[in-house]
Amino acid sequence: MTTEQEIASTRVAYGQALAEIGYTNPNIIVLDADLAKSTQTILFGKEHPDRFFYVGISEQNMMSMAAGLAANGKTVFASTFAVFATGRAFDQVRVGISWPNLNVKIVASHGGISVGEDGASAQSIEDYALMASLPSFTVVIPADAYAVKKAIPLVAEAKGPFYVRTHRPATPVVYSSDDCPFEIGKANMLRDGTDATIIAVGILVHEAVAAAEMLQEEEGISCRVLDMHTLKPMDVDAVISAAQDTGAIVTAEDHQVQGGLGSGVARILAENYPVPVEYLALDGYGTSGPYLELMTHFDFTPEAIREKVKNVIARKVG
Amino acid sequence: MLTDNVTVKNLEAVAKQVRRNIVRMLTKSQSGHPGGSLSAVELLVALYFSVLKYDPDNPEWPDRDRFILSKGHATPVLYSVLAESGYFPADELMTFRQLGSRLQGHVDRDSTPGVEMSGGSLGMGLSFGLGVALAARFDAKDFNVFVMMGDGECEEGQVWEAAMAAAHFNLNRVTAIIDHNKIQNDGYVKDIMNVAPLAPKWSAFGWHTIEINGHRFDEILDAYDEAMKTEDRPSVIIAHTVKGKSISFMENNPDYHGKAPTAEQAEQAIREIDES
Ligand SMILES: Cc1ncc(C[n+]2csc(CCOP(=O)(O)OP(=O)(O)O)c2C)c(N)n1
Repeated sequence: MTTEQEIASTRVAYGQALAEIGYTNPNIIVLDADLAKSTQTILFGKEHPDRFFYVGISEQNMMSMAAGLAANGKTVFASTFAVFATGRAFDQVRVGISWPNLNVKIVASHGGISVGEDGASAQSIEDYALMASLPSFTVVIPADAYAVKKAIPLVAEAKGPFYVRTHRPATPVVYSSDDCPFEIGKANMLRDGTDATIIAVGILVHEAVAAAEMLQEEEGISCRVLDMHTLKPMDVDAVISAAQDTGAIVTAEDHQVQGGLGSGVARILAENYPVPVEYLALDGYGTSGPYLELMTHFDFTPEAIREKVKNVIARKVG
Repeated sequence: MLTDNVTVKNLEAVAKQVRRNIVRMLTKSQSGHPGGSLSAVELLVALYFSVLKYDPDNPEWPDRDRFILSKGHATPVLYSVLAESGYFPADELMTFRQLGSRLQGHVDRDSTPGVEMSGGSLGMGLSFGLGVALAARFDAKDFNVFVMMGDGECEEGQVWEAAMAAAHFNLNRVTAIIDHNKIQNDGYVKDIMNVAPLAPKWSAFGWHTIEINGHRFDEILDAYDEAMKTEDRPSVIIAHTVKGKSISFMENNPDYHGKAPTAEQAEQAIREIDES
């Protein structure tokens, strides 16, 4: 590519979107657990100080407070790092928010290994397995900053609990301001193809598109690419069509292989239309290092996706 | 304890070296947490150079005293003190936070010799320390267990669960150290979530409470001594410190909780440390 790749921060997009809808929706309350400068809820806090609360380093307290607010008619956005939002406060989220189906939107930043130098303890790579396991939760992982801007107002309007993951570094964009379809529960087809489908979420969507371009140009292999931004409920029709039309699937995600996108796709295929699947994901803990070096270290590259696609095509029968 | 001038002079020299190391490693990694590392320098230098029993050549020595860094983001000060204590070469500090390094961003007991607990999620260290002290009781060992926490960290409910349990089990070999630098990530502790008054809270939970200036070696050494001599209760040392201590643009500045200095700022920082 000759043009310079545009990068933008999903967490800044979240803060901006939230601050904006705060003006039209006076019912929104925002809580943050001493990471407002990181999650960017500070942008809401500056615009709407009366509806923004620092709860300090107390994630469990924050989630149960969010439940209490939501049970009394508020739409609550609760933010912290993804590891703490999901791991530290899981019981509070499960019993207090998910079970009674309350209107709490957990928007957590610093998802995945792209956290970088902070290392394993801060790299949230189990978050959406946990949240997708909760019956009432909708789980959304926007692929870039434009998708976040589209998603957040929809999340604010929708009923029930949501989990949304954003990322620490500014990441390459997939969409543009006037070309970002976003419907909760409906995958975006970014490219059509016939030989295989790459289904990706989050920061891997950009790599998936690059892999598909590379495969077409260098090897004449034609790939469909789906941005599965709503992990749950997953777009079942899109997955089944991909299997029917292309006969082979590769999933790509910045998350543990257990319980993530790949598991969800495999379940849909097993029930409806089994085809070979290859998974690009993590199986183990992360480590410290600059974000881009970690992307290469953990095979989150177009080249690695290309190899998975070639492997999965080789496994097709007939 | 008799703290003579020679001891204090030596400790002050080590503290300066530790501060230089912190600045250099953060400047190299361009990420990490300077503020809460610089506030804890004297507390850790006194511990490792005057109080703890340990053998850097045998980090697993069963009778060693334990130091547990509950505020697991303050790795720059811990790694720097461990290097100065002989656990690994000081050169290795420059690999901090790089891919493949033993010096991970947050404490990792599987990677770094001398690190007792894996952490980075605040509020867990004191409970871990209670487990260590209970194990010592089982094994009839009398080593000491020190746990360092942040003041912001004291907002975590688990800290108070552990505080209650320590007194309940009378784990008197446990000493909690609170690096009371008055600042957390988003700003001043009193504005974000006030933890004051700390001393009466710990007293009410059944702890022997000692309050000191956490940058004065004489007070620090006396406090450690008093804590170790206290047999009927666990002790907590509430150490009043300055976040970013010794570097003018970092002192009392919430911006430097988790931001590395530029190369230019680093030069100024080293100069200020040398002249301090
Ligand atoms: C459970 C948990 N929540 C949030 C964080 C993110 N975090 C890292 S350091 C920090 C502020 C800590 O403040 P304090 O305990 O006062 O430490 P110090 O000022 O000594 O660095 C926060 C919120 C974390 N590491 N763990």
